[in-house]
Amino acid sequence: MDSPLLRRLRRDLFATPLDGLISIVLVVALAASAAGLLHWALVQAQWAVIQANSTLFAVGRYPLDQQWRLWLLTILLAAATGLSWGLLRALPRPDRPARLWPFNDRLAAVLLAGLALGLPLLLRLGTAIQLRWWVITALLLLARWAAGRWGRRIPDPVRRWIPLIWPLLYLLGMVLISGGLGLVNVSPSEWGGLLLTLLEASFAILLCFPLGVLLALGRRSALPLLRWGAVLYIEFIRGAPLITLLFLGQNILGFLLPGGLAPERVWRAAWVLTFFAAAYVAEAVRSGLAAVPLGQLEAARSLGLAMPQALIHVVLPQALRVALPATVGQFITLLQDTTLLSLIGLLDLLGTARTVMANPAFLGKNAEVYLVLAVLFWGCCAALGLGSRALETRLNTHSTAKA
Amino acid sequence: MALLRRLAAALPLLASLALVGCASDDGTIQSQKLSAIKARGSLICGVDGKSPGFSFVGPDGSYSGLDVDVCKAVAAALFGDPTKVDFRDLNSSERFAALASGEVDLLSRNTTYTLSRDAAGGNGLSFAPTVFYDGQGVMVPNASGIKTLKDLAGKPICVETGTTTELNLADRMRELNTAYTPLKFQTGDQTYAAYLQGRCVAVTSDRSQLAAKRTSFPDPAAHTVLPDVLSKEPLSPATVNADPAWADAVRWTVYALMQAEEIGITQANVDAKVAEAKASTNLADLRRFLGVEGDFGQQLGLPANFVVQVVKAVGNYGEIFERNVGTGSPLKIERGLNRQWKQGGLIYSPPFR
Repeated sequence: MDSPLLRRLRRDLFATPLDGLISIVLVVALAASAAGLLHWALVQAQWAVIQANSTLFAVGRYPLDQQWRLWLLTILLAAATGLSWGLLRALPRPDRPARLWPFNDRLAAVLLAGLALGLPLLLRLGTAIQLRWWVITALLLLARWAAGRWGRRIPDPVRRWIPLIWPLLYLLGMVLISGGLGLVNVSPSEWGGLLLTLLEASFAILLCFPLGVLLALGRRSALPLLRWGAVLYIEFIRGAPLITLLFLGQNILGFLLPGGLAPERVWRAAWVLTFFAAAYVAEAVRSGLAAVPLGQLEAARSLGLAMPQALIHVVLPQALRVALPATVGQFITLLQDTTLLSLIGLLDLLGTARTVMANPAFLGKNAEVYLVLAVLFWGCCAALGLGSRALETRLNTHSTAKA
Repeated sequence: MALLRRLAAALPLLASLALVGCASDDGTIQSQKLSAIKARGSLICGVDGKSPGFSFVGPDGSYSGLDVDVCKAVAAALFGDPTKVDFRDLNSSERFAALASGEVDLLSRNTTYTLSRDAAGGNGLSFAPTVFYDGQGVMVPNASGIKTLKDLAGKPICVETGTTTELNLADRMRELNTAYTPLKFQTGDQTYAAYLQGRCVAVTSDRSQLAAKRTSFPDPAAHTVLPDVLSKEPLSPATVNADPAWADAVRWTVYALMQAEEIGITQANVDAKVAEAKASTNLADLRRFLGVEGDFGQQLGLPANFVVQVVKAVGNYGEIFERNVGTGSPLKIERGLNRQWKQGGLIYSPPFR
């Protein structure tokens, strides 16, 4: 009766009578709500609304006969993810511990496999779709395993270029989604669901970062015009709620550029999100810049580096490392901000959910729809958060603090 | 500067040339909007996209609903193909801007026809005939035995606060000299939840909304919408004022739906009716309506047989109503005011002649 587990339980949960009482009350409350949720999810909830509309939630109104392009993209993404994951494991930086994640890496793989196996079953997706998800997950895990096993044998010059597959894949993904290079065009008005949410978020995240860095540098520039321009921009954007900027983008551009010259609504929203997030990223980067002692820049300059070189090689690497957590926080906020797109009539995840709930066949199934939405968003944000922690661990060469 | 001034002077002229549709001497229609739509090959239609029975996206990614069918009817009139529509979801605050900027050709988004929206000094819209006469209604449980508004004397009524609904109810009950207890809630969801818990014996909102909510109740058949109508909400498609020829094409496409129902032309029998009209020169009205003779289509800038194309694509008004919101749909809204004028309703098409 004196196993380490019991001892630990006693120490953590039942140290004093009051502790014990609080523990019991909390455990009972948790168990009761978990049981309630499970009962609802398994007995009362009618998941037909998700089952019937699963394609709509995933890709919106994307034409059925062109959806193979999205499957292909998913396969490529899974392979690239597995490859990068495996390589990160196989090739830890020499000065860092091999562990990348805050928890066991194998556990992450098992969790992923479990999700891929369980979710399609739970939602009772069609057999063909289920099978595809299993194959794709298997491919990801296989790529991870192979890269982990043979990653070291890849010659160094080749290895250096491997991260380039991500920008290339992004461009290829754009072509696959929108058409071109011999593929039929699919109008952005037909993109929707998770596809649109991820596309808008990733577009804005990728572009707002360089823009934010430039703005932060501009704000600290010695040139008054540049400095005031950056200050004006940042303060204007930060002083306006995102939703008003989105409305502005949707409504004003149509008047300024009539006759179909204005970019598609989807792209207008993407640019507004980008410009909005850039202002916040700029402030995060500025805090990073402020954390780099002035002596660093002076030392670099006195070594004969030109200003841009000193910034790129000495100041920015240190500043961005400091700014990383705040910046990733901004990215996660951005991902959640995409739900505002449903208010300007785009069929993002939330917009899709609202139109599904307006289908007379599924009226009143709000709880089921919102629960799935919450799980999807949690998954995306958790992935972003984990990725950034891994990146922080990898970049954080100075401090020995654990992630 | 001189050039600028000359440009400025020419602008109104250019604008009038560009915007105003007019019939030229040879009788063909010149409408910038019509030719732009025809050149584009598809109609861009602004809808709500989240309105039960009126517009929503089905599991296969296609739009359906009463508002959507109006868009499809216009596309069928123009192109003979109801699928040639691009739908844009618009919220209530951006719908007029989207129409004015030309981003959508036609607004079919449960919009109430009012003076300030119609007037040139207001929103400057041009309204097509009302496709759904909505109005505020009151829903009660059948078991309550309440039959009219008067029966609600002294009873609690659930209402969403800060809406015209709340004001209309107060006005109407004051007219009837009937005291009641309003139970006010911030959101629609709270309002209906309170009603279902029995905290009030009635709930009030637009009749179409009540019907939609009722389908999600545990026992929809146990609730009735009272016949009393507390407000006028004529929901109509709209186009911009600046292009009367385009507005006419939309207006008469909607009238064609109503006229088809009145004279018994349905999706199923339209081909037979055309054959009948072609066979007999005595059926002059029918021949003109279906484009067998006369130039109605041409006068509107539409194909001669646009009525046939429309009815083939979406059916007549009655069929559209039944399919989307009527007793054949989960919403189960009675025709009520939306009956044909011969049955005592308000659906009335001017003559096609």
